[in-house]
Amino acid sequence: MKTINQKGWFFVAPVVILVAFNALIPLMTVVNYSVQETFGNNLFLWQGLDWFQNLLRSDRFYGALGRQALFTSTILLIEIPLGVAIALAMPRKGIWVPVCLVLMSLPLLIPWNVVGAMWNIFTLPDIGLAGYFLNSVLGINYDMTQDPFAAWTTIIIMDVWHWTSLVVLLSYAGIISIPDPYYQAAKIDGASGWAVFWFIQLPKMKRVLTIAVLLRFMDSFNIYTEPFVLTGGGPGNATTLLSIDLVKTALGQFDLGPAAAMSLIYFAVTLLVSWIFYSYMTKDEE
Amino acid sequence: MAKISLKKLKHSYYPAPKKPEDYALKEIDLSWLDGGAYALLGPSGCGKSTLLNIISGLLVPSEGHVLFDDKDVTMLTPAERNIAQVFQFPVIYDTMTVYNNLAFPLRNRGIEEARVDTRVREIAKMLELDEMLDRRASRLTPDNKQKISMGRGLVRDDVNVIMFDEPLTVIDPLLKWKLRSKLKELHQKTKATMIYVTHDQTEALTFADQVVVMQEGEIVQIGTPIELFERPAHTFVGHFIGSPGMNVLPCEIKDGKAYFQGDQVEIEGEINPTNSTKTELGVRPEFITFGKKGVPAVVKKIVDLGKHYVIECMCADFRVNVVSVSNQQNAGDAVHLSFKPQQTRVYADGWIASKDGSK
Amino acid sequence: MKIRAIVPIAYILFLMLPIYWLVSMSFKTTNEILGGFSLFPQSWTFENYMTIFTDPTWYSGYFNSIIYVSLNTVISLTVALPAAYAFSRYRFMGDKHLFFWLLTNRMAPAAVFALPFFQLYSAVGLFDTHLAVALAHALFNIPLAVWILEGFMSSVPKELDETAYVDGHSFPSFFIKVFIPAIKSGIGVTAFFCFMFSWVELLLAKTLTSVAAKPIAAVMTKTSSSAGFELGLLAAAGVLTIIPGAIVIYFVRNYIAKGFALGRV
Repeated sequence: MKTINQKGWFFVAPVVILVAFNALIPLMTVVNYSVQETFGNNLFLWQGLDWFQNLLRSDRFYGALGRQALFTSTILLIEIPLGVAIALAMPRKGIWVPVCLVLMSLPLLIPWNVVGAMWNIFTLPDIGLAGYFLNSVLGINYDMTQDPFAAWTTIIIMDVWHWTSLVVLLSYAGIISIPDPYYQAAKIDGASGWAVFWFIQLPKMKRVLTIAVLLRFMDSFNIYTEPFVLTGGGPGNATTLLSIDLVKTALGQFDLGPAAAMSLIYFAVTLLVSWIFYSYMTKDEE
Repeated sequence: MAKISLKKLKHSYYPAPKKPEDYALKEIDLSWLDGGAYALLGPSGCGKSTLLNIISGLLVPSEGHVLFDDKDVTMLTPAERNIAQVFQFPVIYDTMTVYNNLAFPLRNRGIEEARVDTRVREIAKMLELDEMLDRRASRLTPDNKQKISMGRGLVRDDVNVIMFDEPLTVIDPLLKWKLRSKLKELHQKTKATMIYVTHDQTEALTFADQVVVMQEGEIVQIGTPIELFERPAHTFVGHFIGSPGMNVLPCEIKDGKAYFQGDQVEIEGEINPTNSTKTELGVRPEFITFGKKGVPAVVKKIVDLGKHYVIECMCADFRVNVVSVSNQQNAGDAVHLSFKPQQTRVYADGWIASKDGSK
Repeated sequence: MKIRAIVPIAYILFLMLPIYWLVSMSFKTTNEILGGFSLFPQSWTFENYMTIFTDPTWYSGYFNSIIYVSLNTVISLTVALPAAYAFSRYRFMGDKHLFFWLLTNRMAPAAVFALPFFQLYSAVGLFDTHLAVALAHALFNIPLAVWILEGFMSSVPKELDETAYVDGHSFPSFFIKVFIPAIKSGIGVTAFFCFMFSWVELLLAKTLTSVAAKPIAAVMTKTSSSAGFELGLLAAAGVLTIIPGAIVIYFVRNYIAKGFALGRV
């Protein structure tokens, strides 16, 4: 049992100070932008909640939000089941375990813009391995710069390529922490393979899967570098996800106010969804 | 229910065992009657859990056969053998209620729901779990969780054998005692064959009709609790069972008589001829008294255990424990120890070498 | 058993394809790349790598990245260790909410927060230093570090602490001499994840640096845009960014899976 001891705050103080310095000051700056209009030269005008109101009425905002929601839910629906399935099929011991782990972790360690560049090179219609194969061997007309569907498919496959391993690592860790007697008892009770998965493995993976979903949700909601390098948000606005839109607004048009307001709304959405999910998944503890 | 026989069973965790040390089980021949309560007793690493897993089918032995009645089940899976096993740590299905946990093995075998309901309620009542059938199993205390594990074994009325692998390890001492008597009671009610693996002599001796003592992959002795206590077949059993364990003292054998420190010691019966260089006397502390004659010794320490005293004496360099209900000795006293001849035995290379005088 | 093995094998093949293509490209000459499709490099060249190794704007990028990544790992671990200890040993007001709050810092869209970060670090005079990037990255690494370390610490029995006090250790001496060695594999795993997320992040790293601390990944984007279509060079630089990660992962391979298993949610 843990002792109730307010001394705990003393130990977390460094973290709190560092994070507050890093998070609260920029957050306040963004809040400050979001209620002002700027014309450059450090000239700011009070704007109140106008930006928020405008945003909530603009099609562009809902377009980006919709694309972001579609992207995030698609990759979650692919990466989580796929990651769990791969983790289940992995060997539990022997020399192949480190081999699998090392090779699977590789995509996680590649800088994000390199991931984008790599996929760009990989999918070039004429000289990329995948692009050439699709166009010249299978005869599918594949060109990301022209076809929105091709662009979508590519950024989703790229994200699956990039991040499924994180889900695999987490699920695998959950699976190998299950003590042998659970499997033995299930054998003795005559449980089917499906029952073992549903009643033993999945419940034991719940903790790590919660974190996996949270991390993937948060990170994919903020994804910027990889799709920006790969598609630049195009063709048209087809792959303009939240962050790409934000940067277009903030830096491209130098509309700091609307961009700040937008990011605060997105932040609130992410926070709300994560909080609901986190509370739901941890409500059984204690 | 079935009779269980093990024939020339050997097991090694190495793919190509050569030396005897490579074997976790050295050669086991054993048979257990239907409906008995048996215990496998031995220190950690003696091979008792390996043996248990071979019987339940979780391990396939390197050599030998396992027979239920006269059917060879060596290659069958645990489900096909129709056995039940309770593990050291409670294994429960976290997301299910207590009721569904108990019903799980029956439902997996396609038993009709009405029958499942009767059995689950019957067993829950026996285990005093009937109050909490609708609760989530993950929220129970360890002893109740362990009861569920037992319940999942008992709920099937056609199991050949129920095995317990140190099932009380995580239970509080007070509840341990309760759960142990519950188990004994269940055995009498259900008449199921039960095998209980433990390193705790009290658990083994109170639960089982017959105890199998193992050491380093071998069976050292099989017997009732009384037999193991009174006539250990090996000095290891003497040490391992009883508190304090049997006194083992080096002795010399000349012309069929045993000598300790030059004095002749009366023993239970004839001594088998032996060429062994390591001969020992074994006598339990309970069978030594202080007298006018006997082996001279000096009292070193007296421990009051409430219902009796343990008096530690030194005969030259050898420690001898004496158990006595009363005590007139003081530390430092010179005394004479007399060994009860019917309970004094000779061991050669660890194994008993004197004939039972009472037969 | 054999059929199941197809799943990880197929997945690893899928992972390796783009990487293979990147490596293959890096050994091709520009003429070959633009000349058309070829599965293997026809005329092997090391020219792309030579360019990187001889041009200081290229290789200093690697050093900069490695410096701030290491700094970040040290900072994250140093502050996360006591915090994780508090979460694993004590209950205090707001502990649960605090943990979630730490986690929320991963949610802020870096794209927009980049500008305030730039202003903040310029204001405190840290702009274009390794320390600025390391501190900024600590923001999203600390929650993860606390989470992983807390899991490892909770698996160490509390009796260890008590025994150490009985043996006459003061708190700092217990923490450094007894407790940290007891969770060293956890520290290894945490260091790995700090390294990983700091190494791969570009947006903040690019925003907070201009010359002196410019990361390798930023050098790459600059090259690809200014020098036009130097795919071979870009590929070679990309391959070189994979290598440090591959080395680190090789060393911690046995701890990765275990590290997450013990975490707290």
